[in-house]
Amino acid sequence: MDISQNYTPFFYTELFMSLDRAEVHKVANLARLALTPEEEEQFAGQLNGILDYIEQLNELDVSNVEPTTRAIDVSNVTRVDEMKVYDNREGLMNSAPDRDENFFKVPKIIAGD
Amino acid sequence: MTAATPARTAIASQYEAVIGLETHCQLSTNTKIFSDSSTVFGAQPNTHIDPICMGLPGVLPVLNEKVLEYAVKAGLALNCAIAPYSKFDRKQYFYPDLPKNYQISQFDLPIAEHGWVEIEIYDKKSGTSSRKKIGVTRLHMEEDAGKLVHGGSDQLAGSTYSLVDYNRAGVPLIEIVSEPDIRTGQEAAEYAQEIRRIVRYLGVCDGNMQEGSLRCDVNISVRKVGTDRFGTKVEIKNMNSFNAIQRAIEYEIERQITEIEAGGTIIQETRLWDEGAQLTRSMRIKEGASDYRYFPEPDLGPIEVSEARRESWKRELPELPILKRHRYQDDLGLSPYDTKVLTDDRAIAEYFEATIASGAPAKQSSNWIMGDISAYLNANNGMTIVDLKIKPIELAELVNLIESGTISNKIGKDLLPELLENGGSPKAIVAKKGLLQISDPAVISAAIDEVIVAFPNELEQYKSGKTKMLGFFVGQVLKKTGGKADPKLTNQLVAEKLNA
Repeated sequence: MDISQNYTPFFYTELFMSLDRAEVHKVANLARLALTPEEEEQFAGQLNGILDYIEQLNELDVSNVEPTTRAIDVSNVTRVDEMKVYDNREGLMNSAPDRDENFFKVPKIIAGD
Repeated sequence: MTAATPARTAIASQYEAVIGLETHCQLSTNTKIFSDSSTVFGAQPNTHIDPICMGLPGVLPVLNEKVLEYAVKAGLALNCAIAPYSKFDRKQYFYPDLPKNYQISQFDLPIAEHGWVEIEIYDKKSGTSSRKKIGVTRLHMEEDAGKLVHGGSDQLAGSTYSLVDYNRAGVPLIEIVSEPDIRTGQEAAEYAQEIRRIVRYLGVCDGNMQEGSLRCDVNISVRKVGTDRFGTKVEIKNMNSFNAIQRAIEYEIERQITEIEAGGTIIQETRLWDEGAQLTRSMRIKEGASDYRYFPEPDLGPIEVSEARRESWKRELPELPILKRHRYQDDLGLSPYDTKVLTDDRAIAEYFEATIASGAPAKQSSNWIMGDISAYLNANNGMTIVDLKIKPIELAELVNLIESGTISNKIGKDLLPELLENGGSPKAIVAKKGLLQISDPAVISAAIDEVIVAFPNELEQYKSGKTKMLGFFVGQVLKKTGGKADPKLTNQLVAEKLNA
């Protein structure tokens, strides 16, 4: 991974601010969603409505509260390292849109941005 | 690459490279990190798959306990602080080698951080070595991606479709990120080798670069000596040997300096090492940091490593290469070179240690192991030192028979093939075959007299000043005694007789 990049997760920083259309365009692109300019405008409005609502949480002082990473208090759930062969491989292969004998077949990869 | 001229060397010396490595090690578990499928390399495509590693809806990944143990042990061996509380995160990106469209990795709370590795650079010319500490930023656990085969072309660019094999998807990895403390290609190669040595000593990774069990990516920039600011960094991938890591870095340093000196700028990009052409090629330009939109993996609970658990794993660690290197040189008096060879492989180091524990001197034991025994192992492809018929205690006996003068070095060498094939007590074989060294001057003198009589011409040559013939007579006496005559004593007695 890139060690120079900011380690603060996207989740915590970017949601609590107002979104403009350019931001909606960027997030849509990252999620591989093709939105029209009208849709970007529409979602910017809707997302801002949601964000404003959540913004109310900022009224609380949480400076002395540990971040919650999950709601259920369990840790160290592990399993033993014992091999089992999954018995429906054909089912897995056939549930994909396309296959070529033992391989999954996917469309030509276009260089991303 | 063009040869270095004095002018180029002078320019190059004004720059220094700043290098960091990201090393991925495949953990030697039986099953995947979050599911029960096999991790064995080389199976038919898509035979080691299951709904979890394929990310089908409704499945629940569960962490393999061995992955956690191996990652913590590797973290401890790299002198890291082990996180008392750690978690997994989703790293999102779209590529067909990733069936879920996200990779389960660790982001802000990795299992281990703030460690270091000591490398020892051996200088062939002087026979000495120098040591340097390279910082380890972090170590985290993650799953591997699948493998793509590009259809319709050898290269991605010309392909019309791709084929995907998910056998590798979900195979457990640890990623080890170094601090940018590395300055040369040689240091980088040595760092990578030390990482491999450590994970092999621990038995947590087989370190096989050809099969991709150990992979290194390099981040490299250059800057004028004396400046603190980093230059623009370039990432290099696709090196599948330590030698390739060193050469790719050396090429890249020169490329970047040449570019800057010509008034150009370095672009932030990923470059691939082309082994055939011995150069790096631009693969893609990185515009700004990638946006992976990490968030905590909701399907996996956090990991808490208690002090008791950490300490009990720590007690299970073997003596690591760094300690062996220091001990062999400081306590056993071995040379940096002997130390380097003996400690490279844990099994060889342990064989050596068992030999000296049986009472043999270190230097002589080291000579036998690095010489005749290594040659034998090399000649028998695939054989390792643990398969040897001759056990350390028997090698120690052989070394001591020679040391005490009971047998000559030559007889020792002659005995070795039989010991390598069948093992057994060298003492018993020597007694059975009557190979005891002859140290009785009377017996040796008698043999010398016979030899002198048998070679009158050679004697004449010696007498007329060709003193090099001494060696000839010594050789003949040794031959006559079946190699059993004490060579030192023989040498002395032959000289006395010839000069009489």
